[in-house]
Amino acid sequence: MRAPDNPVFAKGDVLLAVDNVSLGFGGVKALTDVSFDIRKSEIRAIIGPNGAGKTSMLNCINGFYYPTEGRITFKGVKRPKMRPHEAARGGIARTFQNVALFKSMSTLDNIMAGRSIKMRSNFFWQLFRHGPAMKEEVAHRRFVEEIIDFLEIQHIRKTPVGKLPYGLQKRVELGRALAMEPELLLLDEPMAGMNLEEKEDMSRFILEVNQQYGTTIALIEHDMGVVMDLSDRVVVLEYGRKIADGTPQVVKSDQRVIDAYLGVAH
Amino acid sequence: MLYREAGQFKTNYIADSAIFPLRQDRIGLGLIIVAAYALAFIGNSFLLQAVMIPFLVFSLASIGLNILTGYTGLLSLGTGAFMGVGAYACYKLMTAFPEVNVIVWILLSGFFSAAIGALFGLPSLRIKGFYLAVATLAAQFFLQWCFIRIPWLVNYNVSGALDAPLRTLFGTPIMGPNATPQTRYLVVLTIVILLTWLASNLVHGRIGRMWIAIRDMDLAAELMGIRPLQTKLLAFAVSSYYCGVAGALLVFLWYGGAEYDVFNINQSFFILFMVIIGGLGSLIGSFFGAALIFILPIVLGIVLPAMLSPFGLSVGADVIEHLRFMIVGALIIFFLIVEPHGLARLWQIGKQKLLVWPFPY
Amino acid sequence: MDILYKVFIEPFVFMGEAPDLLIQTLWEGLVSGVLYALIALGFVLIFKASGVFNFAQGIMVVFAALTLVGLYEKGVPAFLALILAALTMLVLAVVVERVVLRPLVNQPDIILFMATFGLTYFLIGFGELIFGGNPKEMITEALFLPQGTTELDMLGGMVRFQHLDIAAAVIASIMIGLLAVFFSKTRIGRALRAVADSHKAALSVGISLNQIWVIVWFAAGLVALVAGIMWGARSGVSFSLQIIALKALPVLILGGFTSIPGAIIGGLIIGVGEKIGEFYWGPLVGGGVETWLAYVIALLFLLYRPQGLFGEKIIERI
Repeated sequence: MRAPDNPVFAKGDVLLAVDNVSLGFGGVKALTDVSFDIRKSEIRAIIGPNGAGKTSMLNCINGFYYPTEGRITFKGVKRPKMRPHEAARGGIARTFQNVALFKSMSTLDNIMAGRSIKMRSNFFWQLFRHGPAMKEEVAHRRFVEEIIDFLEIQHIRKTPVGKLPYGLQKRVELGRALAMEPELLLLDEPMAGMNLEEKEDMSRFILEVNQQYGTTIALIEHDMGVVMDLSDRVVVLEYGRKIADGTPQVVKSDQRVIDAYLGVAH
Repeated sequence: MLYREAGQFKTNYIADSAIFPLRQDRIGLGLIIVAAYALAFIGNSFLLQAVMIPFLVFSLASIGLNILTGYTGLLSLGTGAFMGVGAYACYKLMTAFPEVNVIVWILLSGFFSAAIGALFGLPSLRIKGFYLAVATLAAQFFLQWCFIRIPWLVNYNVSGALDAPLRTLFGTPIMGPNATPQTRYLVVLTIVILLTWLASNLVHGRIGRMWIAIRDMDLAAELMGIRPLQTKLLAFAVSSYYCGVAGALLVFLWYGGAEYDVFNINQSFFILFMVIIGGLGSLIGSFFGAALIFILPIVLGIVLPAMLSPFGLSVGADVIEHLRFMIVGALIIFFLIVEPHGLARLWQIGKQKLLVWPFPY
Repeated sequence: MDILYKVFIEPFVFMGEAPDLLIQTLWEGLVSGVLYALIALGFVLIFKASGVFNFAQGIMVVFAALTLVGLYEKGVPAFLALILAALTMLVLAVVVERVVLRPLVNQPDIILFMATFGLTYFLIGFGELIFGGNPKEMITEALFLPQGTTELDMLGGMVRFQHLDIAAAVIASIMIGLLAVFFSKTRIGRALRAVADSHKAALSVGISLNQIWVIVWFAAGLVALVAGIMWGARSGVSFSLQIIALKALPVLILGGFTSIPGAIIGGLIIGVGEKIGEFYWGPLVGGGVETWLAYVIALLFLLYRPQGLFGEKIIERI
């Protein structure tokens, strides 16, 4: 019996499963036999010292890299060789460590770009602009303006993002990811380079997105305070291997984790 | 004082996303269009034939290349050849179906260029940057060879050249030996205005955003669900359409005929220079660039002899041509150093300053 | 059916029937190949050291040759003209570094690439202005380049080896060898390799980028001069030489932009491939295949290996 095309996942069901995934580049192994899952509507943190393979893991989930061994299952469907745009259409959105915005476009246009998968109006109507194309544009614009209000970036709506300070750029990038209405949101160090105030704002946004829309979130973060406060469960990677997996309290007191961060010799 | 944003509030999203938000800009555009049409009746034949018609034709080709290289970031050195495809397609269609109005064929010939453009654009998924530029050179040289070696394209005529047959619109000759510069200018102007409007709609909407996204960061664009191959192929197709129509206009409504050599690599480079100097990623820049690069030698041809004749010196047409190459080359380097976004950015800066004039900010 | 035979069988039969013609074609392809490789080396030099893809390399070949011939026609003795032509390329290198490279030092590569288009057209116009657009003859006798032909009876027919071609192949090979040694053994060569790896790191160990760039562009200019003499001797000195020089681009695609052995092998593949293609398959389609075959070969190659034969695999990091 075939699974329905768009099964409904209840809170707590496994949304994404990583099974024995290994990733190698030439001689370097970025990930070795990593397994964990992400449940619907949870906030899952992926932590670990530098070089642990966290970004590589996200890259596998969203289709930039293909695991050399093991498999990734999303919404119950095995995904051996999924290209990034297929991941996007499947409901996975992502932000990057080094902000990957379209530098020459404004904030508004960047976030509108995030609506691309939802836009249907075809080439013919685009030629004439006014008419069905404009109706669609306006409808999506409404949605994007809600995101802009939510992230409190109204004042930089028309500014080319290349001119924005780093903290705001990260917010815009979050907005662009949210515009895709993702089921799974991958955030790669969303707080990097932010001051305390900015971190609090960002944490608030992440929590609201999760609580209000039920969006499942996987985030890579270095700030332990943030990880403890925000996440439901944590996965710890070191040198490409998983060394701990559980709630923040459990992980925090795991000896192996403490050793990894303090750099105790193995 | 006249040029101000004050008092122009946008009350809905449609108004907010207008291409010319300022009323003054819209009025200005209207005036320019009216003046352009008026020129047909008040301008002299030399001006129309030697300056205005080619300026419009090259602007159209520049818009085409701008879509590919400026908006989507795919460097192409095959523009000349794609223009040629349009010209030859138009010729075959016109001569095969002489009863159908020739303007229909001009507009349809672009689709042949679009198809060939998309074909040569297929490698762009795997190949990037200057590698892609070299791949487009393959298109340029191969298609140019086709123009020479396939006599069917010129209906097996002995000279191997294209020539403009007599064609009319509502009884007035618009093509061929009897067509006056005035009528040809009006036809070219109308076609260029129409196609520019369509291009503007495209680049300001969802599709333009997709192209710019691919240019700025194609990996992130893919993450948004934008399909890179389809988007790039669309850019090649639309771009080549414009170049093809420009090619048809060039041969049949400007020169009146042409040899295959018209669509050589120098043509490709000159259109590229127009796009770079005018401004990559700017439609109005295409017009600026075409104006500067095309009108420059004409100005040189008038000014230089005028400057030198008091001294009893004269300059030949070939010297003017050499100087043109030198000046264009130097201008490219100059613009890339000083203002890589070209004349369009200078225009924008000028308008910003005008917006607050006479105050500094 | 007939077409399949014509395309896939007949040319090979022809090759077998007249092996002397095959050798002749291979030889000519080899000579062009070595000369393409020489031009491509000029590109590689500049790219390795400054990351700039110098589209103007082709026009530099023409310009260098024109300067040489132009000076000779004005009455300057041949070897003095040679030295002066070399000095001119030095002046050109200094000017380019000052006017084009320095102001654009932090711009993305594609901007520098486009700047070399501007340089190309400037030099075309300038060259034509000073030297006139008429084709000229290279001063082969004055330079003591060998004339004449050797004809060898072989393989049932006759194969002609032009002495000039032999000289060209030998000189080009020597030049390539010298460059390879220069890069790997001398102090300046090491500095060039350092700069190619990282501008910042090179600066931090005290290597002067500006000097290096002048040296490299001068070296490329010398390579262009030698290439210009050799090509010019075979095909006459005119601006159409620049189109031939463009063929170095497919060579670079095959060989990678940073590899000297790659440029050589790429040059040979293109040179031989072109000649064989033109001679054996050309007649099927009316000839003139040489104008585009190199590019199509490169294109097909790119589809299979986007980084060329020897280039480094491009890994995109997020």
